[in-house]
Amino acid sequence: MTLTAPDHALAASVPSPAASNLAELGLRESATFDRATIADIQRAAETGIYDIRGWGAKRKVPHFDDLLFLGASMSRYPLEGYREKCGTDVVLGDRYASKPLHLETPVTIAGMSFGALSANAKEALGRGASAVGTSTTTGDGGMTPEERGQSKHLVYQYLPSRYGMNPDDLRKADAIEVVLGQGAKPGGGGMLLGQKITERVAGMRTLPIGIDQRSACRHPDWTGPDDLEIKIAELREITDWEKPIYVKIGASRPYYDTALAVKSGADVVVLDGMQGGTAATQQVFIENVGIPTLAAIPQAVQALQELGMHRKVQLIVSGGIRTGADVAKAMALGADAVAIGTAALIALGDNSPRYAAEYARLGSAAGFYDDFQDGRDPAGISTQDPELSARLDPVTGGRRIANYLRVLTMEAQTIARACGKAHLHNLEPEDLVALTIESAAMARVPLAGTSWIPGVTGTGF
Amino acid sequence: MTTTIESIPAASAAATAPQVYDLKLDDVRTLNKAIHQATGGESFVVEHPGGKHSLAVGINAEIDVDINGHAGYYAAGMNQHGRITIHGNAGVGVAENMMSGTVHVKGDASQSAGATAHGGLLVIGGNASARCGISMKGVDIVVGGNIGHMSAFMAQAGRLVVCGDAGEALGDSIYEARIYVKGSVASLGADCIAKEMRPVHLAELAELLQAAGRDDDPADFTRYGSARTLYNFHVDNSSAY
Ligand SMILES: Cc1cc2nc3c(=O)[nH]c(=O)nc-3n(C[C@H](O)[C@H](O)[C@H](O)COP(=O)(O)O)c2cc1C
Repeated sequence: MTLTAPDHALAASVPSPAASNLAELGLRESATFDRATIADIQRAAETGIYDIRGWGAKRKVPHFDDLLFLGASMSRYPLEGYREKCGTDVVLGDRYASKPLHLETPVTIAGMSFGALSANAKEALGRGASAVGTSTTTGDGGMTPEERGQSKHLVYQYLPSRYGMNPDDLRKADAIEVVLGQGAKPGGGGMLLGQKITERVAGMRTLPIGIDQRSACRHPDWTGPDDLEIKIAELREITDWEKPIYVKIGASRPYYDTALAVKSGADVVVLDGMQGGTAATQQVFIENVGIPTLAAIPQAVQALQELGMHRKVQLIVSGGIRTGADVAKAMALGADAVAIGTAALIALGDNSPRYAAEYARLGSAAGFYDDFQDGRDPAGISTQDPELSARLDPVTGGRRIANYLRVLTMEAQTIARACGKAHLHNLEPEDLVALTIESAAMARVPLAGTSWIPGVTGTGF
Repeated sequence: MTTTIESIPAASAAATAPQVYDLKLDDVRTLNKAIHQATGGESFVVEHPGGKHSLAVGINAEIDVDINGHAGYYAAGMNQHGRITIHGNAGVGVAENMMSGTVHVKGDASQSAGATAHGGLLVIGGNASARCGISMKGVDIVVGGNIGHMSAFMAQAGRLVVCGDAGEALGDSIYEARIYVKGSVASLGADCIAKEMRPVHLAELAELLQAAGRDDDPADFTRYGSARTLYNFHVDNSSAY
């Protein structure tokens, strides 16, 4: 959020003691009414409207950081780094599609709309992903020629708004992703505030320029899993059964949603946890609806296993993936691939300290900036302003994305080799332990040093 | 000369005999595959459709398709350039996301008729159920009978003509689409209001009615559209959200 102007101006003009001095002065901050909460309440009182922002949940929840790998030693053979092969490729959508995707790395780029992001940012994502043989995904707002042109593998989202949806682009896509929800807002629709609805964005969405664009939270021509099955069959008929069809769900009841997606005929399930990013959503929604990525994966995997569909219907996991360790952990828990949103934007330069002065001018700071909805991003990513977007060179940006994707892949391989795995897909829950009781219960792996999985192996150690 | 839905075969001067698919014998895949291979000028007849789903979806050429019976969900979905006639009733989402061409349902249509369609003309002889024209993006829809609740929800562009009555919450959260209703409207949705019928509206309505092959008098209709008060968030409107 942005601090409200008057308070902020006041705060800036009075020298405030550094944080360490506050404790020395005997001042105690309330855990319940901390400074961020106080700012939220005062902002609400001043404006009369809820806070809308980008980024995902900022609260601390059990996450991949709470898991550790058990490297090989006496009872397991590790693989030699650099010399012994550790495969990373993945096939997505071979259940029904005659042309499944074959990616060289399991790290894909998540759906982010042109409109939310600048055309240069979209192009950079396409360039970077293509360089390492992975896919990018369109978003709420349709497919741009820049994006189609630069992406070797392009997933076309089919959203409730159907902005820009047309059969020509459908046929040009390499896969179709039916979006039911997003981890940042399971049960919510989309919005793009007026300042980002430029002539081009408005034209693609068939809307007047400069108005707030609200997109529906339910699809206009189907409700429930029985209808979804018919809808998926229609999309397959239109595209002659060539394209993989993904179903994207925001994590809330992933056990049932995954089972129903499989029953509806999905080739791939995309599961997005509550830390997953968004372009613009109410803060109250982002922080209070949905479950953590860590808790969602085992439920989805269980549903797939019970149906005999694990590895046949592929599972792509997103929501808070930052490092190769996160990639490896998601895959060890049963994912076939992962998707990144926020981390890809950061790789492009989002929240970089080099824009510190400009973030300060917007009432924010590097590392805190989340006002994607405002369209004034100094890094030229979440904006439609031509001057700001010109700051992001798509070729340089593409190189940064490719570098970052390579690092994620190599890091995941490093861990897999240490666990003696010749392919990332051979990682398994047995390779993991948890640092906390909560994460052990959610991830369904034992608490480190014990054989205890809360809720699974009884109460004893 | 004004054209009507009956007067122009899409497959003009079709020299070839129609290809007949009997869905008691052929499956839907066989039908759609053949339709996708058409390059323009062909005509197709579908016998015993039996309410099957996804009939004649993804048409991408100037062809004629006659469906002799009832169609299931998404008949003529994403139609581009084709002319499809359903000699019966249509299920959910008939002509969903149509881009161009015409779809004519002789009977009644279920929910979400013409949903999100960007162009073309959808004519429904009988009644249409709930959510007719939901999220429409440029299509023209003419309904001979009544339409159900939540029709033209978030309708962005195009025109919806109703010769009977409209159900509850007509045009809720409507953008720039225009709605013409001859009969009664059970209630209007958020930000949808009745508007003045100016000569330009009477003229466009007359054209639409004629294109649909109807002889209703445009003067008997009321126009509805967006009050445009919800276009940019304003605190005073928060109760409408
Ligand atoms: C700027 C931005 C725009 C997004 N737009 C969409 C969208 O149009 N459709 C969608 O399904 N998800 C959208 N998402 C969510 C991502 O697809 C993905 O689920 C999420 O970013 C993954 O979590 P992560 O950000 O922690 O990697 C968006 C995310 C961001 C950050």
